[in-house]
Formats: sequence, structure tokens, C-alpha cells
Amino acid sequence: MRLIFEKSMPGRRAVQTGPGDVPTMNIRSSLLREQAAELPELSELDVVRHFTELSRRNFGVDSNFYPLGSCTMKYNPKVAEHIASYPGFTQLHPLLPQLRMGEMLTQGVLRILYEIDLLLREITGMAGFTMQPLAGAHGELAGMMIMAAYHKDKGNKKTTVLIPDSAHGTNPASAAVAGYDVASIPSNEDGVMDIEAVRQHLNDEVAGLMLTCPNTLGLFNPHVKEICDLIHSVDGLAYYDGANLNAIVGKARPGDFGFDIVHLNLHKTFATPHGGGGPGAGPVGVREELVSYLPVSIVAKRSDGTYTLEYDHPKSIGYIAPFYGNFSVVLKAYVYILMLGKEGLRRVAENAVLNANYIRVKLQKYYDLPYSGLCKHECVFSASRQTEKGVHAIDIAKGLIDAGFHPPTVYFPTVVHEAMMIEPTETESKETLDAFIDAMIEIAKQAESEPQKLKSAPTTAPVCRPNETAAARNLNIAYLQRSRGENINT
Amino acid sequence: MPFISNTLEQQDQMLAEIGLTKQDLFADIPAGLLCKDFKLPPGLSEQRVRDSLAELAEKNSTHLTCFLGGGFYDHFTPAAVNSIVSRSEFYTAYTPYQPELSQGTLQAIYEYQSAVCRLTEMEVANASLYDGGTALYEAMMMAHRITGRNKIIIDDSVNPIYRMMIHSHTRNLRLEFEESQCKDGLADRGQILERIDDKTSAVILQNPNFFGCIDDFSDIATAAHDKGALLIVSCYPISLGILKTPGAMGADIATGEGQSLGLPLSFGGPYLGLMAARKQYVRKMPGRIVGETTDASGQRAYVLTLQAREQHIRRDKATSNICSNEALCALTALVYLSLLGKEGLKETSQLCADKASYAYRRLTAIPGVQPHFRGRWFFNEFVLDLPCEAVDVIAKLIERGFAAGVPLSRYYSRMENSILISVTEKRTKHEIEMLAEALESVL
Repeated sequence: MRLIFEKSMPGRRAVQTGPGDVPTMNIRSSLLREQAAELPELSELDVVRHFTELSRRNFGVDSNFYPLGSCTMKYNPKVAEHIASYPGFTQLHPLLPQLRMGEMLTQGVLRILYEIDLLLREITGMAGFTMQPLAGAHGELAGMMIMAAYHKDKGNKKTTVLIPDSAHGTNPASAAVAGYDVASIPSNEDGVMDIEAVRQHLNDEVAGLMLTCPNTLGLFNPHVKEICDLIHSVDGLAYYDGANLNAIVGKARPGDFGFDIVHLNLHKTFATPHGGGGPGAGPVGVREELVSYLPVSIVAKRSDGTYTLEYDHPKSIGYIAPFYGNFSVVLKAYVYILMLGKEGLRRVAENAVLNANYIRVKLQKYYDLPYSGLCKHECVFSASRQTEKGVHAIDIAKGLIDAGFHPPTVYFPTVVHEAMMIEPTETESKETLDAFIDAMIEIAKQAESEPQKLKSAPTTAPVCRPNETAAARNLNIAYLQRSRGENINT
Repeated sequence: MPFISNTLEQQDQMLAEIGLTKQDLFADIPAGLLCKDFKLPPGLSEQRVRDSLAELAEKNSTHLTCFLGGGFYDHFTPAAVNSIVSRSEFYTAYTPYQPELSQGTLQAIYEYQSAVCRLTEMEVANASLYDGGTALYEAMMMAHRITGRNKIIIDDSVNPIYRMMIHSHTRNLRLEFEESQCKDGLADRGQILERIDDKTSAVILQNPNFFGCIDDFSDIATAAHDKGALLIVSCYPISLGILKTPGAMGADIATGEGQSLGLPLSFGGPYLGLMAARKQYVRKMPGRIVGETTDASGQRAYVLTLQAREQHIRRDKATSNICSNEALCALTALVYLSLLGKEGLKETSQLCADKASYAYRRLTAIPGVQPHFRGRWFFNEFVLDLPCEAVDVIAKLIERGFAAGVPLSRYYSRMENSILISVTEKRTKHEIEMLAEALESVL
């Protein structure tokens, strides 16, 4: 398909600007660019058709089943999109509440920020939240900064954060970016963080622990409370990565397990759309003793029932985002929580876990299941049996594309050879799961009978397998040709 | 309303088929760790939620005429932008890990990267970062990785919110910041050039700067390069419709807040962090990058590339901890730029300058109102000194229906009477006249 720049027709326009109702200002030419930016020249119809065609070359939750493990690709209710488009939310300048008199003109949004904080506290068992982190990984970084501020305040000399080997890559990366060394803790034979290994790594330099529970294998660590206690015994802090909260939401709370800091992925558990890779939101909640470290501003409620922004928190880690986080994402999550309520949230976890176990049991005859017990929201198979026939996890993934499904996450977690990580979420029906299971069984049979067919899949997608090695070797990451063929920026 | 498809009968049937009971599903969680009772409200119907949220939306003012900027602007957005980005094939997808099913997202990001390069006249761009502030922080970390040096010079005319964000994000790192003070609204060459030494990693500047003043940093780029340091320029993408670009100035990394490219103000987010750089630094860049390649049949295809930089491969050795970016916001910016096109962006940019200039002349004609910086070129924002405290004047103007500007006392000492006023192409001559009349009446 041609690029939008290749469709450009000199002189064509989509937008009439103006009104130009004032005289022209001539800025000194040495301060101006020499040539106009080479943006495409198109009609509105051209632009609409181009992007409509691109949208047809995409696959979303609305297209079909999207069991991408660890990403919680549940249905995104349309009502949240509708509400988020109200002008009272979209047109609000973030500096307005910081002006005198402006605060009273933003009471609706401030109340939403205040109330979702209360709801998330109850859901997680924490004492206070910030909505500022702009994504899950950004929440992890904010959490590590809170950890560092706590230790600095107490005069603790801490250098190391313990992280299990099955963790998301963002965990060690966030700890490192915050200035910590990382110690990788092996999983035990049950697939969860080994408590003995934690004990061995425990010393006065341990600043804390980052743990996802259930972990990326979909397994709940029965020793989670003891592990948190061990960390506390050296004055470390326990950080809960909320990526997998969908498995326990409405049933159990990280605060009750002993965690001190929690981040949530609103775009996972709380159904805000993933946007093709963002925007997300990664609110961070903390225990009472850590509330004073939360980033500013803090939304507070006055005794007269009005809401205000507080900045005077001397122990605060400072500014994580320019304002109050990805407000529109937070708003959609708020709508979702209001609609589900207590019962609804509980049913989320129950059905997410039921759907995952249904797939686990139905497919375990056909694929290796390295950790075969009960799982939570996701199950991780290995393609090792199929690999003997030359069919790898990636080939199974591509075969699923031809069957009309988005593939699971593959090759992660790395603790499983040829991993296929399947997270169905609670919103999918039995009929959809059955169709997916049938497709997986069919592929398992194909791996035996005609492996070559899977090696050449997909054949029904807009493109076949792209050459990723060539992409990295002959790097082309921007189209900088004019229609005449010369390069623009050189 | 939990949006669960399976009926209770289906749930029972599924449990029976896999030989489990409802209780079994959570038997792996020690009983003491299950929460007996959540103090949460019961769920609501769609109608109830829409009614109550509509009520909350109405408690926020949208009637104010907006002259508030400070890095976040009230621009006009064509209706086609929202129509396109509301297609659920885009917004209900995730990170394009499976390229065959994600060519729409991938090609759009490749086109976005191309548009950012064209706009900034830089050679490479990433798939976006969270916002302009985190983009500037990431650029600073990137310069630190490239040079292996710890000293950063940052001018106080860089958006104070971004400076606070950078300080917060780096508090536990061994980095050394030196803040240069701008002089008469422009970066002070004497001060900056004197500070650049062989320990300097980067000089961070902004154009137009926080006060709206326009500069050309070419000389600072040369001075930085002479000492092996990098120049990072934070820019305002709409201004690049007419202003000299970071690329033309010799900047090594350009960042910016992309909100002005078709994204609503939305009370602070989601926004869009732009990042572009010189080609030789591409492997040190944070975030997703999309590259063009071919598929097995030889046709053009797009993939995530240079993934060896990223956290899911490199873990604690990655160039950044960033995972997802702001893909939908990047798509929005691309659609906006495609609709405005080459001429439309230039015209929009010029209109901002025209209207700001008109407002400047009109407002400084009011007795007692003085320009803070005299004889400076500015883009769409300028600083005025009022005869009394700006916070009071702004509060009075809010009562008259204007969000007139940012009081600079919030960020700078000895600027109690100064107000930063922004004028976009969306403001009309009439609105500017009305603001002037209102200001006159409250002084």
C-alpha cells in the first residue's frame, strides 16, 4: 500500500484555515524555516480513504478474539468513549484549576480524580493514589522513586531491588532507570518466586522487591505474604506490579498481601482501550506511611465539599507528569468501575479465571503445559512438542492468524521454552473460546501432518511474514523522499 | 454491568466440562488473603452513569475564551481527525507485536515518524513518548548515554513544568544540573558558552521559549559540538510551520509536546511526546521504532525494529523503561498534519503569529500595560507586565469569561505582575478586542 506522502498532489487541500482577520506579521527571516515542511497535499476524502484503508489492515478487540497474554485485551465499553467525549472534559485547559477562580470552574473533573482515588484504594487496600503516571512502566518508575525517597528519608543505604526471572522487562528496566541494581530471583519448580532464593538474597542493601502476583505464568504465589514479610524484615518495601490484577480484582487485595506500593494498568484491568500501544495510565497507590511521598499535585476535599489541588507536600517526589495524568483514560476507568460496582468487579476475576482454566484444560492434551495446576487469568503453554516437528511457537501464532484470531503472546515469559501465553479475559463467550480451542487443536494436528503449511502462514493477512532482520539491517524508519526522488533533509 | 458474555448456565457448564467448581478457581489463594467484603458501591446502568457524568461535565467551565497556553494550546481541529481515530480497528488494538495483523498501526507510525522528521528537519524519529516533558527527560538521559557525561545545562526559559519533571525523575541519579538564566527573554550566550566544558553532556533549550520568544540556537549548537556536548531543543510543533527548525539549527535531539497537533486539552492528557534525532544516535533512542521492510512475497511491510534497545529484550540494560507509547495520539497527530497539509500548517502557524502580534499591540496600548521583554520576536505567546499582581487580574478576567493567561509568579521570582498570554489561530479579532476591553475595565 502506498504511503500518504506518495499520494500527495501539489496544490490539493483538505482544510481551509482562518479567519485571517488581522494583519500579517512578518517575523525576521533568519528566524524562519527556509522551506515549508513537506507534508502531504491531499483532499479530505483522500485522507479519510487512506486511513480507512489502514484501519482495515489492523486487528482490534472489536475485530475478534485477542488473547494476547499479559495484556488483558478485554472489551472496551463504548459508553466510556462516549462520556470521555463530553466537551466539559475534552475542552478543559489543565492550568485552569491552578488559577484563582479557576478551581471552581473545574470541580467536576477534580471530583472524578478524588473519587477514583477512593475507589482504587478500596480495590487494592492502599491508603492513597496518584493518577499521574502516564503508563504502567511510568507507574513502576514512580513507585521506585517513592521507594528511593523513603530510604533516603530514613537514611538507609540501599542499592538493590529483587525481581523474579519471570517478570515483565519493564520491572528491571524501571528499577535501573531509578538508580537501583537488580538481582534476578529464580522461579521454583512450581513456577513462582522461590522463597528460599529470596532469603539467600536478603541483606541490608535490599531496597525492596517488585512482584507480579499472579505472575506472568498466571500462577498465584501462595507464599506472597511471607515474601513481603521477609522484605520488611530488612526495612525493604514490597512493590506490586498490577499488570495481572484482572485475576484477583474484587476477590483479593495486594494491600492485604503485605505490599507497600502498587501500580495499576487502567488499560488492562479497567477496560480502557489500548490505542494500538497507548495511551495507557498507571496510577500508583501506597500504604499510609508512604502517602507523603506521592507526586504533587494532590486532589483534596475541603470541609465545605469543594475540591482543591494541594502542592505543599515537602516530602513529595515531585512532578511525574505535567498535570494530573492521562485524565481522559482515568475518566474511562472511573466510568467502568461505576458501572461494574462491587459485584461486577468480583465477577470479572471469576470469569477471567474460569475462561483461562477452560482453555488450559481443553488444550493440555494437545500442547505441553509446563506448570499444569490451576491458573489464574492466563495460562502458558509450550510448543516444545510441536518443535520436534519443526513447528515453533511463532508458526502456531501465524497459523492462528489464518484462523481469524489474534495470536497469544509468544516467547514470553522466557522461563518457558517456546512459550505461548494465552489470556482470554472475562468478556469472551464460551462460543468464542470453543472456536479458538478448535483452531488450536487443528493447528496441533497440522503440526503433525503438514508442518510446512504452518511455516508459510499467514496467507490471509494483508502481508505475509515480514523480514525483520532486513528491517534492522537496512534501517528505513522515515520516508524522506520528495516525489522527484531527492532527499528532503540533506 | 460487567460486560461478561457467558450466562450463568454457560459458566456452570464450563466448570463441569473441566471438572472444577467455582470455589476451586480461587483455592490457590490462601483463605486469609481473600477479601471478605469490599466497601464498593453497587454497579449502575449506562443511563445512570451517563446522567451523573454529564452532570459532572457541566460543573466544568467550557465557556471561557482561552488565552491560556504555557505549552498547552487551544487549537482548532478538523472534524475528520476524530472521525478517523475513532475507528475501533485502531483504538482497540495493542502494540503491533504481530506485524501481519497490525500493518495499519505500523504504517501509520512509520508515516508519523516521517512527518515528525519532515517537521523538525531531523533524520530519525521514534514512535512517540508519553508527553513533551517525559520526552525531554528521555532526551536528557539519551544524551547522557551517548556522551557518558553527567553535566547538563538547562536554561530557565525552558518550560518550568518540564524542568520540575526532569528534576523529579533524576533525583536519585548522579547527574549535575546547571541552570542558565535567560537575558531579556533570550538564552544568554555568554553564560551558556562559558558553562559548556568537556564534562557537559547536553545543553537543553526551548524554541519558542516559555515566554514565547523566538531564537536561533545555531551558535550554541556549534559551541556544544566543539566540546563534544549535544544540543537538545524542545519545540512547539505548530510553530514549525514557519519557524527555523531544530534540524536547521544543528540540534542533536529535538523533542516537543504534540498536543497542539489535533489533540484536545483534556485536562492534561493524554498528550504526545515527540522525539527526533540525528541518524547516528538512533540506537540510543528510547521507545518503539517502526521500520520498513518487505514480506516473503516482496511487498512492502512494516515492523517494530531495533528492539534490542528495549526493556522486553534488554531488561535492566535497556535504553529506557518505556513499553507502550502514545500510539493513538501519534495517529491523531499524523491525521491532523495530513489534513492540514504543507500549506495548511504554514498558514495555521502564520495565523498564530499574526493574531498574537495583533493582541500584543492591542493590549500594550492599554495604559499601564507594558511588554516585559522589549523588541523581541515572539511566536504566539508573549509576556506583559500589569500595573498590579497578575493573579488578581486573571481572577477578575475569569469572572468576565476569559482564561486570560498564566501568572508567571507561579514559576519565577520578581514576576508578580507578569502574565503570559497565548493566542492561537482559533481566536478571532473580536475575541481579542473583547479581552482588551475586559482587561481595561479591571485595571
